[in-house]
Amino acid sequence: MALLQIAEPGMSTAPHQHRLAVGIDLGTTNSLVATVRSGMSLVLSDDDGYPLLPSIVRYSESGGVEVGYSALAYQCSDPQNTIISVKRFMGRGLKDIPHSHEMPYKFVDAPGMVQIKTSVGVKSPVEISADILKALRARAEKALGGELVGAVITVPAYFDDAQRQATKDAARLAGLNVLRLLNEPTAAAVAYGLDNASEGVYAVYDLGGGTFDISILRLQKGVFEVLATSGDSALGGDDFDRRVFCWALEQSTLSPLNAQDTRLLMAKAREVKEDLTYHGDTRFTAMLSTGEMMDQPITSHTLAELTEGLVKKTLTPTRKALRDAGLTPEDIKGVVMVGGATRMPHIQRAVAEFFKQTPLTNLDPDKVVALGAAIQADILAGNKRGEEMLLLDVIPLSLGIETMGGLVEKVIPRNATIPTARGQNFTTYKDGQTAMSFHVVQGERELVSDCRSLARFELRGIPPMVAGAARIRLTFQVDADGLLSVSAREQNSGVEAAITVKPSYGLSDDEITNMLAASRDHANDDKLARALKEQQVEANAILEAVAGAMATDSALLAPDERAAIEASMDALTQTLNGADHRAIKTAIESLNQASEAFAAKRMDASIRRALTGQKLADIGT
Amino acid sequence: MIDFSKNHFQLFGLEPAFQLDLARVEQSYRDIQAQVHPDKFSHAPDAERRLSMQWSTHVNEAYQTLKQPISRARYLLKLHGVDTQDETNTAMPTDFLMEQMEWREAIGEAKGAADAPELDHLGAKLRQAMHHLQDEVGQRLDQQHDYPGAAEAVRKLRFLEKLREEINDALETLEA
Repeated sequence: MALLQIAEPGMSTAPHQHRLAVGIDLGTTNSLVATVRSGMSLVLSDDDGYPLLPSIVRYSESGGVEVGYSALAYQCSDPQNTIISVKRFMGRGLKDIPHSHEMPYKFVDAPGMVQIKTSVGVKSPVEISADILKALRARAEKALGGELVGAVITVPAYFDDAQRQATKDAARLAGLNVLRLLNEPTAAAVAYGLDNASEGVYAVYDLGGGTFDISILRLQKGVFEVLATSGDSALGGDDFDRRVFCWALEQSTLSPLNAQDTRLLMAKAREVKEDLTYHGDTRFTAMLSTGEMMDQPITSHTLAELTEGLVKKTLTPTRKALRDAGLTPEDIKGVVMVGGATRMPHIQRAVAEFFKQTPLTNLDPDKVVALGAAIQADILAGNKRGEEMLLLDVIPLSLGIETMGGLVEKVIPRNATIPTARGQNFTTYKDGQTAMSFHVVQGERELVSDCRSLARFELRGIPPMVAGAARIRLTFQVDADGLLSVSAREQNSGVEAAITVKPSYGLSDDEITNMLAASRDHANDDKLARALKEQQVEANAILEAVAGAMATDSALLAPDERAAIEASMDALTQTLNGADHRAIKTAIESLNQASEAFAAKRMDASIRRALTGQKLADIGT
Repeated sequence: MIDFSKNHFQLFGLEPAFQLDLARVEQSYRDIQAQVHPDKFSHAPDAERRLSMQWSTHVNEAYQTLKQPISRARYLLKLHGVDTQDETNTAMPTDFLMEQMEWREAIGEAKGAADAPELDHLGAKLRQAMHHLQDEVGQRLDQQHDYPGAAEAVRKLRFLEKLREEINDALETLEA
């Protein structure tokens, strides 16, 4: 018979409070933050009631930073310092950015990632995105009345490793604890799936401001299994605007445009596109700074013709994803439309024609990603046991290593379910070779030059041997965020090297940490007090976790193991009320160590339980 | 620390065999992932999070291996101590090599003529051929216990698999 558990005073088994967590859709055009309240996922609006935050940041000469609608107001008058669609620059070099010469920014081509010179200095896309995230964080903390435990940030499924890393760093820089990077189509499927309680294979067609994703998912009993994903990380609603903009220029005889007028006409092009979603015709009208006037009628039919090529361009990855999943359009039970651009009737028609069914549009395509992310955040924060939901996602692009002759050896294939790891063996090709360099790339092509270079690193200190005698094991590990780390180990000598693959953009990890520390406006705040509080929070979390595990599974432990864990718990509880944050940290580490074997046993037991459907007590140790 | 000594079949509570109830593999896979996936441990102490990632990775690997016929056969053969020698052993029967040449020619022609329907047709034919070979692999492995024979059939399947990739690549180029 189970004994009742009585907590020791000070040991936190109090009914745990609701942890504040949010889902953030960091979009090309608009960003949103959502949370789960009383079991309902809802988008948090700003003080004026607007749910969307335009993804626009303005750096004014006075040093001020404006984000959203207030920055939007400056997009034409101060285009150099008002950055729009920064998501398109994340993890990208200057040469990767289409039409960069037409943009008003003063680009700085830094290795790894492009940067922009503004009136307050050079800014990387990571910092600019962090400013958007800070605004959303402030909105959420104000609305929810407390500090956030963490956030799920969504990324396009087709984002590569560099773009994901950049996004995660932006979140860190904004002071957010990233619970998970979640693929946008998967987030949308969560919002839909839980609403409609549907089962079967679904396609999510996600055309955002700057990116296109297609994901094929199987929904079954709360499990969202991504079967395949594909897309184009440089194709979105922005490109439709550009077609309209170019068309308007062709229709008129304007003198060469300055930066302000270019921005103005681009903004007008977007308005025209949006107008034509609801009306059969409209007019493209604008007054330029030169005094010239633009006034052209345009019909939705013309828009459809102008952008037919773009719509077709989305169907190529769609076919590819279906093929990768081994399916045909007939196998798809429903098509979910995500992203503001999917409001365009001619896109809906093309998708309907391709899948031979009317796509699902009952959730707001601008909000659905944030809503899904909030549901995942709520579960990851521990507010809901969430046993009924599981997301199994994939990596969108193959990961490989450069071999002789500039060829790519694929190590992890695209659409591998994450987390995943794969090893590959290499050897030396010269006698006495003591170092080996590796070049990690991502992409589907055979030539290194056609793939994205992610990182280079070296394994040094290989003991001199004859050529071919060294046994070097290279291991790629992709975590549940889709982020890659690579390690190399020479098996005979044990020499190792490891890296987290990260794009460089002028900010080292230490610099991020320092900036974070500096940005926290705790003028009177004692650093020690903060460190102490952080350790206490962590100590309570681990004590709660281990106490919970002991309460249910202590039968798995031998008496001495049990005693060791209890001793470590006692030790931590003792130090908890002291003032020495280092002592607490040490005690946390020793409890971690003491309970590691227990954790492994529990995991084993839970797997057996899952397979047999039996209760743990019936299995024994 | 983690007990990875179980083979992939045991991990999913199955007897090692080529002919599998894939629905059951899938169900076991989901049930286990529901226990070990990192999403279930986002609050756990570091040690548990690390374990969770290792387990989840391992279960994914096992599932992928068992799901695909070629990798499942290769894995089974390995359990029986037979290396399929995919990369090294290219000595194939002459009639099989002749067939290969015919396939390649047909794919090349369809590709040259930008004939997507023909490529689709060839793809369907190829799938059938692969099914036959898979049945053969199953027979040899499960009934006849003819492991060298099964290894040869697996090598043949690898050839067809490459043809399938070629067809898909061709279709992709046509669609782009």
